[in-house]
Amino acid sequence: MLKLILQRLGLAVFTLFTVCVLVFGVTEALPGDVCTAFLGRDAQGTRLENCRQQRNLDQPALQRFADWGTGVLQGDLGTSLKRDKSINDLVATRMRNTAVLGFGAAMIGIPLAIILGVMAALRRDKPADMMISGTSIFAMTIPEFVTATVLIFIFSIQLQWFPAVTTVRHNAPIADLIPNIILPMITLALVMMAHILRMIRSAMIDVMASDFVQMARLKGVPYWHIVFLHALPSAMLPAINIIALTIAWLLGGVVIIEQVFNYPGIGTLMIRAIYDRDLPLVQAIALILAAVYVLCNLLADLSSLALNPRLRTAR
Amino acid sequence: MTAITATHSVPVTKTESRWAQAWKNMRRSPSGMIGLSILCLHLVVAVLAPWIAPYDWTLQNGYIMFQGPDTEYWFGTDNMGRDLFSRTLMGGREAIMVTLLGTLLAIVWGGLAGMTLGFVGGKVDEWLMRIVDALLAIPWLLFLLLIIALTGQQSWTLILTLGFFYGVAVIRVVRGATLEYVPRDFVVAAKTRGESRFTIVTKELLPNVLDALLVEAAMRWAWMLLAFSSLSFLGFGVVPPTPDWGLMIADTRGMISIAPWAVLFPAMALSTLIISINLTADAFAKAIGLDRAKAPV
Repeated sequence: MLKLILQRLGLAVFTLFTVCVLVFGVTEALPGDVCTAFLGRDAQGTRLENCRQQRNLDQPALQRFADWGTGVLQGDLGTSLKRDKSINDLVATRMRNTAVLGFGAAMIGIPLAIILGVMAALRRDKPADMMISGTSIFAMTIPEFVTATVLIFIFSIQLQWFPAVTTVRHNAPIADLIPNIILPMITLALVMMAHILRMIRSAMIDVMASDFVQMARLKGVPYWHIVFLHALPSAMLPAINIIALTIAWLLGGVVIIEQVFNYPGIGTLMIRAIYDRDLPLVQAIALILAAVYVLCNLLADLSSLALNPRLRTAR
Repeated sequence: MTAITATHSVPVTKTESRWAQAWKNMRRSPSGMIGLSILCLHLVVAVLAPWIAPYDWTLQNGYIMFQGPDTEYWFGTDNMGRDLFSRTLMGGREAIMVTLLGTLLAIVWGGLAGMTLGFVGGKVDEWLMRIVDALLAIPWLLFLLLIIALTGQQSWTLILTLGFFYGVAVIRVVRGATLEYVPRDFVVAAKTRGESRFTIVTKELLPNVLDALLVEAAMRWAWMLLAFSSLSFLGFGVVPPTPDWGLMIADTRGMISIAPWAVLFPAMALSTLIISINLTADAFAKAIGLDRAKAPV
């Protein structure tokens, strides 16, 4: 058991290290460097020299990687090129906003996905299932920015219930985000739901056909008792990993949804950093989001270890 | 007297090829056939667009900005007075070309790497799969954006990066499919005959994992289109004035209250393409007996 936990932890650390190497390595391997990308056409003469000196670009790559890495380990993400400020300060409040958005969406999306997934599985190939599964395929395949635009059209322009764009500053208190956050949260929850629902549905169908459910039925256990106390917990096991994968996959989606609604989160900051060619900031945000992903996966792995005794004895 | 017929009619049982069988199964799936028809329509339009388009898709006309759909401009006009019908017809070309090439790259490199890893096995396989898992743990959009920030937005950069990252996911699937065949007799026999690794992978393993690979290709293509149009929407995909659905939506969505059609038509085009690929892939997977519902993303 302990060995397994250590193994998962080791894998997470290894993944994070690979991400660091990639984030840094890509910048090194591709033509140009942080300074030429930032300065663009002005990248010549003394300006380029100064910038390179300031960024220690005259040092060997390994040395810089070690410096950057130790900085990251100590929680120092470096300084932004464009804004000349510490990245930590830039990122902190926006991280908070994105976390609120993601957490809210998960709170709406995951329970709904489980309920609808179970319903679809129990009514397999009947109209209810067709509707739920059909809608989820739409929500999954239509790009987030289209879904978001449609929701804006319906709820902000036709019905005028919620604002279409966020005008709140990134460091406003959370309460101020309330009317603005609703539409992005719904969009995110919708996409999240579609993925998880499909997984729960197919897992539930399998479990409901299994011997132990058959046995319980024959013994006369009440139907809803079987569904929620016997079948659902086993169907949830494979779903946990998918939920983690989905959350991670959504980190990409968050960037787009935030951009559509102009939500002051880490995604909009990243897009702006790319427009500005502010590579240190882009690298830092990529690293943060990858770390969130790795953390989600680790949590999923550990919780499925805790929930599934079979996994613990293997190997 | 009856003529002696030496040959009584031997029923020639012509065994249908697997593909014919798959096609027969697929024809029975209504959603698959709808998907396939829409997909074919999209491909034909993409190829013929420059000849079908009634107007020049880059021609701007300040007098007819945001004109509603009518008999002259079927889909209306956009924020620069360009004909939206022509632009919607043209808008998928770049996306389809880039993502098709990207998918091809992903399938070739992911497929070869996956089969080789599955075949070689052992420590090499174990360690390389760790790296594959680590690579899969990276949100794709972030890396694309990082690379675009460095190199600028060129089609070949997008093709290479999309192909590389999506290929990593292919490795996993193909390796899994390969592992099933490696211990089989025909592979062992080929090994004993002293065939080279390359021959075994391409002649013995490839035909067996081909269906999994094809389904995978279709799925990757749909995801890649989603990724590409998202990039275009953010302004990092297609360079204007080349029409592209994602970019068209980004350009006109601010005026959605006065000109909803300018968003509607490109959004419809993009969504129908992606959905049709998914429907086709689903039906094909079912037709050849692969269960795709259980495959993670």
